[in-house]
Amino acid sequence: MAFPILTSLIALPIAGAILLLFVKDDEAQAMLPRQIALVVSVLVFAETLLLWWHFNPTLSDFQFVERHEWIPAFGISYSVGVDGISLLLVVLTGFLTPIALLSSWESVHKKTRAFCICILLLESAMLGVFVSIDLFLFYVFWDAMLIPMYFLIGIWGYDRRVYAATKFLLYTMAGSVLMLLAILGLAILSHTTTGHYSFDLVSLYDLQIPPNLQFWFFLAFTLAFAIKVPLFPFHTWLPDAHVEAPTAGSVILAGVLLKMGTYGLIRFSFPLFPLAASFFAPYLGVLAVVGIIYGALVAMVQPDLKKLVAYSSVSHLGFVVLGITAMNVQGVQGAVYQMLNHGVSTGGLFFIVGMLSDRRHTRLISEFGGLKSVMPRLVAVFLIVTLSSIGLPGLNGFVGEFLILLGTFTANPRLASFAATGVILSAVYMLWMFQRVNYGPVSNGKNAALSDLKPREWAGILPVVVMAVLMGILPNLFLRPIEPSVEHMLSQVRQGAPAEIRASR
Amino acid sequence: MPIGAYSAIVPMACVAVAGIASMTAEAFRAPGERMPIGPLGAIGLIGAAISAVLLWGRDTGSFGVVSGDNFGIFVTCVLVVVGLLSLAFSSPAIDREHLPGGEYYALMLFATAGMMLMATATDLLVIFLALEVLSLGVYVLTGIRRDSPLAVEAALKYFLLGAFASAFFLYGIALTYGLTGTTHLAGVGRAIAMQASHPTPITIAAITLLLVGFSFKVSAVPFHMWTPDAYEGAPAAVTGFMSTGVKAAAFAAFARVFLAALSPLHADWAAIVWVIAAATMIGGSVIGVAQTNVKRMLAYSSIAHGGYLLVALVSGGDVGKGALLFYLATYAVTNLGAFGVVTLLESGHRPNDRVSDYAGLWYSHPVLAVLMTVFLLSLGGFPPFGGFIAKWYVFTAAVDAGNVWLAIIGVLTSVVSVAFYLRIVVMMYMTPAEERIDVPPVPPIAGAALFASAAIVLYLGILPTHVLNWAAASVATLF
Repeated sequence: MAFPILTSLIALPIAGAILLLFVKDDEAQAMLPRQIALVVSVLVFAETLLLWWHFNPTLSDFQFVERHEWIPAFGISYSVGVDGISLLLVVLTGFLTPIALLSSWESVHKKTRAFCICILLLESAMLGVFVSIDLFLFYVFWDAMLIPMYFLIGIWGYDRRVYAATKFLLYTMAGSVLMLLAILGLAILSHTTTGHYSFDLVSLYDLQIPPNLQFWFFLAFTLAFAIKVPLFPFHTWLPDAHVEAPTAGSVILAGVLLKMGTYGLIRFSFPLFPLAASFFAPYLGVLAVVGIIYGALVAMVQPDLKKLVAYSSVSHLGFVVLGITAMNVQGVQGAVYQMLNHGVSTGGLFFIVGMLSDRRHTRLISEFGGLKSVMPRLVAVFLIVTLSSIGLPGLNGFVGEFLILLGTFTANPRLASFAATGVILSAVYMLWMFQRVNYGPVSNGKNAALSDLKPREWAGILPVVVMAVLMGILPNLFLRPIEPSVEHMLSQVRQGAPAEIRASR
Repeated sequence: MPIGAYSAIVPMACVAVAGIASMTAEAFRAPGERMPIGPLGAIGLIGAAISAVLLWGRDTGSFGVVSGDNFGIFVTCVLVVVGLLSLAFSSPAIDREHLPGGEYYALMLFATAGMMLMATATDLLVIFLALEVLSLGVYVLTGIRRDSPLAVEAALKYFLLGAFASAFFLYGIALTYGLTGTTHLAGVGRAIAMQASHPTPITIAAITLLLVGFSFKVSAVPFHMWTPDAYEGAPAAVTGFMSTGVKAAAFAAFARVFLAALSPLHADWAAIVWVIAAATMIGGSVIGVAQTNVKRMLAYSSIAHGGYLLVALVSGGDVGKGALLFYLATYAVTNLGAFGVVTLLESGHRPNDRVSDYAGLWYSHPVLAVLMTVFLLSLGGFPPFGGFIAKWYVFTAAVDAGNVWLAIIGVLTSVVSVAFYLRIVVMMYMTPAEERIDVPPVPPIAGAALFASAAIVLYLGILPTHVLNWAAASVATLF
């Protein structure tokens, strides 16, 4: 039997969390839990790289599949596997968790052990979401993930943390419970057609779902994912959660959690319900474009750095959804790529905002100015990450946005042209923010003596910069494993789509 | 091995004997002498557990009115767990508040015996007797703090309304007897199946009266009015006991009467139970949001959980019945655990049961806070805890039976209920304590019981297969 690499990936952070339970919870020895958690998360990252190494990029099917019966009476199994779509998201999760830990290394100083346990449990749940190929298992991880995130925001967040945490949890949960019913409906439909319950994704892909049910199921799934993404107009929880979360929480929230929504669209909503998907895709596309422009405009006027980055996420994730709704290879591939980009760049941005906020205990843009002369290294890194978020050619953001716009243009030129304004707007708000924070004279005396990047911060931010450059100049390294799975997924959608749509593509 | 005619009553006999023993022990106790009466009850309950396990799969019966079928045994086992945990949580409360130990334990054990009888009875009159046995015990336990006006009020209210509901129930039995000429469930079922497909007004009246009686006992909306007062007034350990044990016994009998005997009329009563289930879920969870007292909040929470159980009941079928049993088991352990924490936080001179008393609990008593969180999250239906699997099972039953709207109401109200469970969590973790509440040290047995409950909750959430299969096997033999 092959080594259960995916199970060990999920289990490793949990094991680390259990190990932490035996570490003395002592304010004086707050370093030890952090170090253990960091070691564990780096090991997990190494293992995700190993996974990538052994991954066969020419196949479109799920690889490293493990199946064990869980609740056999209802056809529920513990089934995990990765394909090209989830592989890099798994790697991204592994990549960002140690960075998140580093980002809150010093700013979190109460109950460090519990904090590290939350981060590790969160990592397990996130990995579980991406590798589950049983819908029930997926839902378990999807819902379980809310708990550690809730505590991260609620305990270690800023002033309005309780409000933000509660809103986050209730909002996301309200969206996902209907998905649970749709999952149940699918399993029961499988029971009536094939005679046995099944939650297995691969067999549910082949299920013939009547059109009216497809519509309801699609709506239930997509509502859950749209809230998570967050797609306009379901985004209101996001700015609160981001602003109040501790830096580590923001990094993971922006870097990984939001991707679960778009991942869900690609993995579940579209291929499971192709008929409904083709019907609703144009509407989703419109919402995505509204989100792109709305998010950008709102980001522009934010006085708070964190809120600005949060709204920029709404805008960027709009691009991802837009790419998915294009339903062609460029669009979806670009969407997956942009998910990775956004994880790297926005994760990095939140890290840097966290650094500024640690130093000054404020995140207001007006409090800063002229940082370039005070902390040249930090500002240099800041610049690279900002440009990567804008989508400067040569850095990662460009590739994703370009592919998405290309795909969208083939499917719907009008939407693409509206969306393209978002690219310009993102340059406006990001560069304007960058200029106000970093250039000009040092107007505020409190900024004059700020320290530059510390070794710990270097260790966290350097990988982000390297990835931003690497993904910008070697996109094929990342696109290659994605492509077969994306094509497979699109062929599934096309097979189930109505005839006129099949003809037009 | 020959199995006598008495075998089906052995479990409840064990418990009843333990109850008599504790009463006797109390009578012979010298003033001031400490006597371990609680362990006597534990011995009786363990005896009940062993005999129940031995009876599994044998489908025995005693006197024609008590059935040792798997359904009854499953509920009996749940009741044993309820009894054991309640005993463990009671002992600190008894010591602290100087409650009369012998009477307390005896009443609790007699009530448990009554619950077991109710879960296994196959005759309407025996169900009624069992109902009275368990109710009388619980009425007195509710008011056992005689010097507390709140407790006395609660007990009186509970007693008056309960007696009223019992009368309804008895009238329903009388009408059923008039219709069918028997009170035995199998006979009732046969007679009803033979009668015309259109039920007469008398049949409807009989069903309605039985339904009112059961609805009161499971505190379904709109028959729930007594619940918050009784739950708040009683000592927390008693509240935990009655919110789980009474519910388990009443739902077992409810299922026996409605899903077996009255199943030919399913179409007629399902519509009413549908409405009651929806009202119970909505009422319990929405009113729960406004509570500031933890015990009242958990009272409304248990009302809402009764609604989910009703969903399983109205959905029927093998899935629905299995879901009912699994939900009962999970809910019993989880809710008892939550009330266990509430009990352990009570101190001699003040109940510490306002939500604001929980502020900062995580910082002062991290273990208690984390255990409470496990129970609350499980009640809220989060994975990987048992409550999630239980809710999922119930909703599967609902969707399977075509009650999609009931399932939608169910999932949405469970989000609402999460809102109030979170209020306690917010207090424990995210609110600094204004004044430190003094919490007495946790006795080892109660602590072990809490850990055991949390372990069971996790077990049911992560590896539910065994219990799930037992629940499914329990309903296969009965109906």
